[in-house]
Amino acid sequence: MLRVEAQARLGAFTLDVALETAAGSCLALAGPSGAGKTSVLRVVAGLVAPERGRVSCGDELWLDTATGLDVAPERRRCGYVFQEYALFPHLRAWQNVAYPIRGLPRGERRRRALELLERFGVADLADARPRTLSGGERQRVAVARALARRPAALLLDEPLSALDARTRASAGRELAAVLRETGVPTLLVTHDFTEAALLGDRVGVIDGGRVVQQGSAAELAASPASSFVADFTGAVVLTGTARPDADGLTHVALDGGGSVASTEPGDGPVAVSVYPWEIALAPADTPRSGSAQNHLPVEVISVTAIGNRIRVGLAAPQPLSAEITDASAGQLALEPGSRAVATWKATATRLLSR
Amino acid sequence: MRHSGWFSFVVLVPMLAVVLCFLTLPIVAIFVDTGPLDLLSSLGEDGALEALRLSLTCSAIAVGFIVLFGTPAAYLLARRRFRGRAVLVTLVELPLVLPPAVAGIGLLAALGPKGVLGGLVEDAGIRLVLTTAGVILALTFVAAPFYLRQAQSAFEALDRTWLEASRTLGASEARTFLRVAIPTAGPGLISGLALAWGRALGEFGATLMFAGSFRGITQTVPLAIYERFSTDFTGALALSAVLVAVSAALLLSVKLLSGSAWLGSAAR
Repeated sequence: MLRVEAQARLGAFTLDVALETAAGSCLALAGPSGAGKTSVLRVVAGLVAPERGRVSCGDELWLDTATGLDVAPERRRCGYVFQEYALFPHLRAWQNVAYPIRGLPRGERRRRALELLERFGVADLADARPRTLSGGERQRVAVARALARRPAALLLDEPLSALDARTRASAGRELAAVLRETGVPTLLVTHDFTEAALLGDRVGVIDGGRVVQQGSAAELAASPASSFVADFTGAVVLTGTARPDADGLTHVALDGGGSVASTEPGDGPVAVSVYPWEIALAPADTPRSGSAQNHLPVEVISVTAIGNRIRVGLAAPQPLSAEITDASAGQLALEPGSRAVATWKATATRLLSR
Repeated sequence: MRHSGWFSFVVLVPMLAVVLCFLTLPIVAIFVDTGPLDLLSSLGEDGALEALRLSLTCSAIAVGFIVLFGTPAAYLLARRRFRGRAVLVTLVELPLVLPPAVAGIGLLAALGPKGVLGGLVEDAGIRLVLTTAGVILALTFVAAPFYLRQAQSAFEALDRTWLEASRTLGASEARTFLRVAIPTAGPGLISGLALAWGRALGEFGATLMFAGSFRGITQTVPLAIYERFSTDFTGALALSAVLVAVSAALLLSVKLLSGSAWLGSAAR
């Protein structure tokens, strides 16, 4: 269990957070740039000391400003993956990974580094210099290096943002698997809610130095606590398996049941993303009509007012949310437990391969 | 430049030609006037080899001191922000603009027999004035800012996250300095070292004033050249050619050596 409490002045605003994440679980902090996300990681790693705060990991206390305890970064056992990866340019890939491995003969250090690189499928790049590696390769080396320390906690700063769109999906999938495997508490920060939803078991939305809401990605999307969270959570993400169809559309069989169509190409496992404001709701017994291709029977889970709109949390059975006006919500008499049909156009359905 | 217009041909190219001629002509002239035989025979002359040996050892020791003390000092100046830092940086660079004669007087005033710390130095049983140790001191004083400046800007250019990554990977501040900061700043440090060494080899004024010009004890090559200049112009010329050749060879080999070994890897 990683526990963080920190209060610090950061330029224009004050960082004030209290977070915890369990072993084997990933808390993704999502928020716009300048919200104080990276500062949280730096406080945990000991790279910056907050005015007031307490950081503990398992039964180790790393920081307690009340007693003046501030353990040096090198003794905190944090695996920190920096945003631009921060690989040492003068060392080869394997030497980067072997850097934290100490007190062993060179051959043994190399063997362990190779083992880790192998796990990420980049063992053949062991002798390459960082500047010759692609973004995706650098990311793998950086994660391998962070794990080489056998960290007690893993900290990831925008692990996917330095990658191009094509590499991002596969790198994200790989990273999610690694995070599940390591079994240490993980804190991840990202400016992209979709990324947070894919990698985090729980998501905390951070704005102006404060965590404004915490929960599962579906919970946040379904019942955002503020219009900021509503706007930030943006697209709904469903998972399924895509199959190109003769009619030129891609049909996706959703995990857990149901199927949707998209105009975007796709084949195999995909993430389907659609914005809540693209989704319309109709009474459960309405016959199919109109131009929308996607009709999904859903159950209403929550109804949350955000300003002049209503965010409706749905189960289809995967979590989904729709954003409708006050007036339509009244007409439909929506309440938790009631049934409805969610409809949206195939053209509003984006596919990301997983 | 792909589209070179009249400006290149009428202004830039001729200006470069003028600059090149002006800067290289004296050096070329030294070699034109000195045949290889003169060179060899001048080395055989009294004191020439001694002067060369003295120049090389004193400058090497001075550069050693400069690197040993200057590298951590430059790192601190480059990586920390503290009050009075700008003043410190200026103080460290001051010897750069000091005329060598002033440097010599200053050293005498500080460490000479009647100087501020003269008594202390004497009590410690150290003799600086008119000794080889004095030569090393003068060279160190004059050449150090060249290294410090370069080292400081090399350390300033380092990516902060490299140093932070090293810390989070279990390396102490000292280990981070040795294993990450120095290797990654390598190219800048080496070029600073080359500059400082070049300056030390050519040092004349401060050495003359502080250590004097005694054959075999304090007479480095520049001082030997000056001594011959009034009586034996050819000899002075030959010794000058030797100094140019030695300096050039030294600097070139420093650059090549480091270039092949680790500069290639550290350069981004």
